[in-house]
Amino acid sequence: MTNVADPQVPATDATVSRAEVCVVACADVFRDNGEVLASAFGTIPSIGVRLARQTFSPDLLISDGESYLVRGAWPVGAPATGEIEAWVPFRTIFDLVWHGKRHVMMIPSQVDRYGNTNISAIGDYRRPTVQLLGVRGAPGNSVCHPTSYWVPRHSTRVFVPRVDMVSGVGNDRAAQAGPGASRYHDLRRIVTDLAVFDYHPEHGTLRLASVHPGVTVAQVQAATGFPLEADDDVPQTRLPTAEELRLIREVLDPRGLRNREVAG
Amino acid sequence: MADKRMTAQDVVGRLRSGMTIGIGGWGSRRKPMALIREILRSDLRDLTVVSYGGPDVGLLCAAGKIRKLVFGFVSLDSIPLDPHFRAARQAGALEVVEYDEGMLQWGLYAAGLKLPFLPTRAGLGSDVLTHNPRLRTVADPYGGDEVVAMPPLHLDVALIHMNRADIHGNGQFLGPDPYFDDLYCMAAEQAYMSCEKIVPTAELTATAHPATLRINRLLVTGVVEAPNGAHFTSCAPDYDRDEDFQREYAASAASPDAWRAFRDRYLAGSESDYQAAVAARRAEVSA
Repeated sequence: MTNVADPQVPATDATVSRAEVCVVACADVFRDNGEVLASAFGTIPSIGVRLARQTFSPDLLISDGESYLVRGAWPVGAPATGEIEAWVPFRTIFDLVWHGKRHVMMIPSQVDRYGNTNISAIGDYRRPTVQLLGVRGAPGNSVCHPTSYWVPRHSTRVFVPRVDMVSGVGNDRAAQAGPGASRYHDLRRIVTDLAVFDYHPEHGTLRLASVHPGVTVAQVQAATGFPLEADDDVPQTRLPTAEELRLIREVLDPRGLRNREVAG
Repeated sequence: MADKRMTAQDVVGRLRSGMTIGIGGWGSRRKPMALIREILRSDLRDLTVVSYGGPDVGLLCAAGKIRKLVFGFVSLDSIPLDPHFRAARQAGALEVVEYDEGMLQWGLYAAGLKLPFLPTRAGLGSDVLTHNPRLRTVADPYGGDEVVAMPPLHLDVALIHMNRADIHGNGQFLGPDPYFDDLYCMAAEQAYMSCEKIVPTAELTATAHPATLRINRLLVTGVVEAPNGAHFTSCAPDYDRDEDFQREYAASAASPDAWRAFRDRYLAGSESDYQAAVAARRAEVSA
């Protein structure tokens, strides 16, 4: 388990913020991914993939958010400055999605216990109470390549018993839909501001993999709208190493934008 | 060779209520906004719109022009959600057909290639299939996986905006992404292209690679020169998105009064009135 505290690394917990723990948890999602397009939505995941590339996953490919893949490390919220290594207009991204050498981290508005996610609409589909973005690429992403999620505010509004419009396909729905959906379906992790989840290898249900320092399992359960699956002894999410902290604070997010996404 | 130049009024004069119209660009990027504004000035209604949606969709929703929207998302990019589109959806004022964005591309491509469908895994297991009961899956005749048979998205009309074009309908993108504009044109009975500037054909490749000539004249019915015609969406490298104006557009969804004020100031007159109002606003803001 790569997201569990490494006793070899001296803890510097008193000075580490929750946002920084989340950055490292997001980075760990992309550990050992090899040469894939790492697409991260949100501030903290964007810092996370760049941190992963600067440290333990040097082969990741990262977009400038427009149409180029760019090398190097640049601060989140600022234009990319590294060498351009590829031209990837949207239709090339679409090709890569279906090709499969991509790992996406999206931000769902609703998630259920099988990892079905909703970014389309809340309420009655014909007349939603809250219209969101639309499914975008979530249906294709989730059945074609590894998919993870980032939830900046873990609550019972996000973690619900049943999502209103399945946009990203969960483990139960992929299995029901047959091999066309399940062959390349590969849900990896969900990182939230409280905890990290993976999935039970047989049941496909969300499983508490670690809680962030200072968070209890009871707190996570209270913020989750369905019964949690957790071992008796849930580990703590690891802290950043001194070098990771330096990269986050000095190179990847000198303006502290991470603290606007997750406080404390 | 045909000279296909026409005005935005000529283009909209050829449209009819109830038509299916595909709109190029992506989100709040290189949208044919001058042509959209011309539709807002017309009495067209009950349109079916196919779009990787941005403020094109929002404005047409606010003006009550859309009966049915075929889409994968609607976003203003720097502002994640378009409030006019949201208001229309939340009022139940819109019929929608929602696709994964790759399925939307496949539908345009299938129409362009005159195929009955194109296969894809995208959509399987999701509620895209639940809410589109017309969608079918198809067995692999070679024994592999059953997949979605994405039907063609036939368009009566495609509207796109490019950086440069010649009078014959060859169109050029100079920004970072061609988006899917050529596929919209291929899927359409008639395709109309506005552009920042019409230039002699030879000038198109004087400094740019021929690969930037994404739109071929055999796909294009008419060409409209519309400087600043993508405003307030981006049209790199000619200009970036007008973020300040986009915020004002988004704020105009706050109330019927706010929308009326926006409409009266920017949309009541001609395209040159619009551009003058935008210039006046810019002068006010920078004063």
